[in-house]
Amino acid sequence: MIRPLFFSLLLLPLAALASEGDYTIVIKDHRIQPAELTVPSGKKIKLLIENQDATPEEFDSHDLNREKIIAGHSTATIYIGPLSPGRYSYVGEFHAATAHGIIVAQ
Amino acid sequence: MFATAIIVFREVLEAALILGIIAAATRTVPNSKRWLTAGVLLGLAGAGIVATFTDVIGSLASGIGQEIFNAIVLGIAVLMLAWHNIWMSSHGAALAASAKSVGREISDGRRECSILLVIVGLAVLREGSETVLFLYGIAASNDGGQSSMLLGGMFGMLAGIGLGYTVYAGLLRVPMRWFFSATGILVLLLAAGMASQAANFLIQADLLPSLASPLWDTSAVLPQNGLPGMLLHSLIGYDARPAGMQIVFYLCALLAIGTGMKLANRPRKPITANTGAV
Repeated sequence: MIRPLFFSLLLLPLAALASEGDYTIVIKDHRIQPAELTVPSGKKIKLLIENQDATPEEFDSHDLNREKIIAGHSTATIYIGPLSPGRYSYVGEFHAATAHGIIVAQ
Repeated sequence: MFATAIIVFREVLEAALILGIIAAATRTVPNSKRWLTAGVLLGLAGAGIVATFTDVIGSLASGIGQEIFNAIVLGIAVLMLAWHNIWMSSHGAALAASAKSVGREISDGRRECSILLVIVGLAVLREGSETVLFLYGIAASNDGGQSSMLLGGMFGMLAGIGLGYTVYAGLLRVPMRWFFSATGILVLLLAAGMASQAANFLIQADLLPSLASPLWDTSAVLPQNGLPGMLLHSLIGYDARPAGMQIVFYLCALLAIGTGMKLANRPRKPITANTGAV
């Protein structure tokens, strides 16, 4: 009885750690919000991408060397960094005319 | 329309280049064309299935299912390419020397053919599923202009297939004494590039450390979204901003497969001694 409780208490700091570095961007109507996301440099970042559109989108960034398909109405996770300070652009490749954003590391 | 053509071209290119190189490399293997065709058809069917279940795959393993899936597909492809290349090192010269009659007697020729099917099938599946999703997105949207975009997609697909065929036709013109060295090296680099891509997916999923991100940046000199960069990416795994771990995977694959080819080739030295240059 006590033991499982003890172990779950041990895991609590881990749970706190996991959410600390999370950043979210939202895709809606083939546009990205926020257009510019600021993250700390020199740290690994967990990026959540929420696609609110019905159609799939592909997160694509040559600057970040990342590529991932996000199905319609779903959220995907991508780890990036640690980044050196600077501006990193990305697009939603399937709708590149409207879906573009920048990640600023500082 | 132009943007659509580029996207589809990029996806089709990689599979078309792999198919072109493998088709050329195995031209002396009996029935290889039939097995390659079966691989393409199975790959297309698989691409449809993967595209349909993108959301399911994506949500597996708390959101990193897609990376794991891609890394596994790439990993299998690397192993198959390694097996193929080592097999060709020991049988290629014999196949070329006495044409088809010998080929039929080689007991594991059938296994080699099923390996070809898997290599080509996986390449088509991976690149095809992204194309299917993209075209589905166009067809499902109602902003108009779909027909011109689909036309663009068709154009990009034809251009990609055309380039793959050009590589195939070009390789067939390579003189026989260099042919097996040339295709062997191409397949070796193809496999190393895939190993590096697999590493990148595992870094993206935070299952591997990046070691250095990036190790170097040559995007100003040779950008990956230009045609030369795109071609080099598909052919030898060029990355403008690779992570350190990608280079580790690349070199390990190169070394392991290269050593396997050397060892397999050794007993046949008298035949291949004059195949010449690396």
